[in-house]
Amino acid sequence: MEYFEIFIAGIFINNILLAQFLGNCPFLGTSKKMETAVGMAMAVIFVLVMAGMITWIVDTYLLKALDVEYLRTVSFILVIASLVQFVEMFLKKSIPALYAGLGIFLPLITTNCAVMGACLLNISKEYSFLSALVSSFSYAVGFGLALVLFAGLRERINLARVPKPLQDTSIGLITAGMIALTFMSFKGMV
Amino acid sequence: MAQSLAKEFTKGLWAEIPPFRLVLGLCPTLAVTKSVENGIGMGVATTFVLVFANLLVSLLRNVIPSKVRIACYVVIIATFVTIVELVMQAYTYELFLKLGIFIPLIVVNCIVLGRAEAFASKNGPVLSIADGLGIGIGFTLSLAALGAVREIIGAGTITIWGGTPVFEMVNIFPGYNPFAFMVEAPGAFIALGLMLAAMNLIGSK
Repeated sequence: MEYFEIFIAGIFINNILLAQFLGNCPFLGTSKKMETAVGMAMAVIFVLVMAGMITWIVDTYLLKALDVEYLRTVSFILVIASLVQFVEMFLKKSIPALYAGLGIFLPLITTNCAVMGACLLNISKEYSFLSALVSSFSYAVGFGLALVLFAGLRERINLARVPKPLQDTSIGLITAGMIALTFMSFKGMV
Repeated sequence: MAQSLAKEFTKGLWAEIPPFRLVLGLCPTLAVTKSVENGIGMGVATTFVLVFANLLVSLLRNVIPSKVRIACYVVIIATFVTIVELVMQAYTYELFLKLGIFIPLIVVNCIVLGRAEAFASKNGPVLSIADGLGIGIGFTLSLAALGAVREIIGAGTITIWGGTPVFEMVNIFPGYNPFAFMVEAPGAFIALGLMLAAMNLIGSK
């Protein structure tokens, strides 16, 4: 039950994009087309779950054990950067179809604060390994859900006549605000 | 030299002011601007990291092999972020708690990496410092402005560093009721979107 609560809260209530404000650059950058949005969402789900597990292990068995927690920022970013590089090489060799699908989104994930942010949140909430795994997965799914919803709306907005000063990023941000408003109604559900 | 120095410095204040003109670094912009105070704190921390990361990247630009440059930049940035974290923990603990995980997340702020890659890796140390300082101050001003808009509308007051509010909405409009929506998550997106539209309107004339 506890895991179910974490799962639902991670997707809807503490949605990483709309409630926690993490990963907003790719949110606006890759949402102009549905295809790129789906690619980004898949890549984030893949990397975030792996990064969540590995950073938890690094934090518990290396940083806390050796009492060097002040190195957390440096070590986490290194773990994420090398993980992304590794995943890229692995996919290129063994699953070329998926690699071609994810394309340039994989390297971009290194500087996606959703990944690093979710890892830091797991640590700050003092989750157990399984809870950290579930919460990483739910954050990633929440990211994908919000991104795909937003991309769908943006494709429609592109066809509409928007006043000139409001075009592009500006109307995008206002639309995101509206989606965030609908997600707020999930508050208090769990 | 002096002319280009001034040019690199001032472009961060209007022509390329983040996050409006350069749509980068949105996460801290949206998340911490619940009040002016948080906005300024975040802006100053980012400026510090920007200036020193730019300086070091620029000094090492001929040493770092281009294949592993991103990894090197990230380590340089992470080092300065750790310094900021420790300093803030020691001297401004309350602000540190308010900004929370967004302090370590300066590492993945695309503005910092973006300036290292786009500017400092190609220019000398003095110009790079000017660039970092300009962009950093521009970022701080934007955060403070967005924080002011949200705090005035959302809370009805502006309070900087504790004590009594510097500005109260009730003094201008008697019976003003705070519109709490603005300090919630959706308000951040909408306030930034409207400010961007206003800047486009001014810029296009």
